[in-house]
Amino acid sequence: MIKFADVAKGDELPAQTFPIRRVDLVKYAGASGDFNPIHWNERFAQSVGLPDVIAHGMFTMAEAVRLVTDWCGDPGMVVEYSVRFTKPVVVPDGVAEDSGARLTVTGKVGAVNEDGTVRVDLTAVSADEKVLGMARAVVRLP
Amino acid sequence: MALDAGYKGRTYPPTAVYEVGREKIREFADAIGDPNPVYRDPAVAQDLGHRDVLAPPTFPIVITWPAALLIINDPELGMDFSRVLHADQRFVYARPIYADDQLTATVVIEDVSERMGQGFLTTRTDLATVDGEHVVSGFSKLVVVGEQP
Repeated sequence: MIKFADVAKGDELPAQTFPIRRVDLVKYAGASGDFNPIHWNERFAQSVGLPDVIAHGMFTMAEAVRLVTDWCGDPGMVVEYSVRFTKPVVVPDGVAEDSGARLTVTGKVGAVNEDGTVRVDLTAVSADEKVLGMARAVVRLP
Repeated sequence: MALDAGYKGRTYPPTAVYEVGREKIREFADAIGDPNPVYRDPAVAQDLGHRDVLAPPTFPIVITWPAALLIINDPELGMDFSRVLHADQRFVYARPIYADDQLTATVVIEDVSERMGQGFLTTRTDLATVDGEHVVSGFSKLVVVGEQP
């Protein structure tokens, strides 16, 4: 497990790429209770001006912080987490394993604070666009 | 005008008790595709010093979002849900949510404003145990697009 003393500003976290398929959005809708049709109905999404079905912002937020929880080893160490939803993640139709969208998340240590916490700055990219802004997690490391 | 600055500070009564449960946490972890055993196996969670399986960091939205709908559906504010966009989300954790938690949500309008024909609303939802222990606060910034000034 990562120790506070071993972390320096600028350290990079291992990057991860997450597939996002339509079935993932259906599962997330069910588990979260957010059944907004822009996340599962193409016709509805297009009727409100979107190019296609888009992922729940909260799904993208959930994926991005996995970089941090996998790195620090204990999700209970996260003391603060915030994001801005700047661009939608467009998820094309398909049932194949490689259908849908890809979300690539990178992260690095943005600050090592005197109070024993570390701020990780995250970047989330899908289809060459940054989809989250100011994505930051603060963790209290041992 | 719907989103009047006078609504800043308005607090809604606590919601009914939400019983978390191990299976709900497992379902949520499955839905975000996270195989981390700390969300499923009490022994793994206890090895890390936790009393029970814990919920992923974004799990509080399952409880805070319906609570925030109290505001969106408040007839006095007159918001049109179909024009509400989730612009920004922040969680501040006192501790993780555990499977044996029984939580209530209290929603406050943190800030409200209108500019350039759009309404901006920031809600804060505090989750606390039925014994009054504060667990996590969720802050959601909502944008109401196309509001008439």
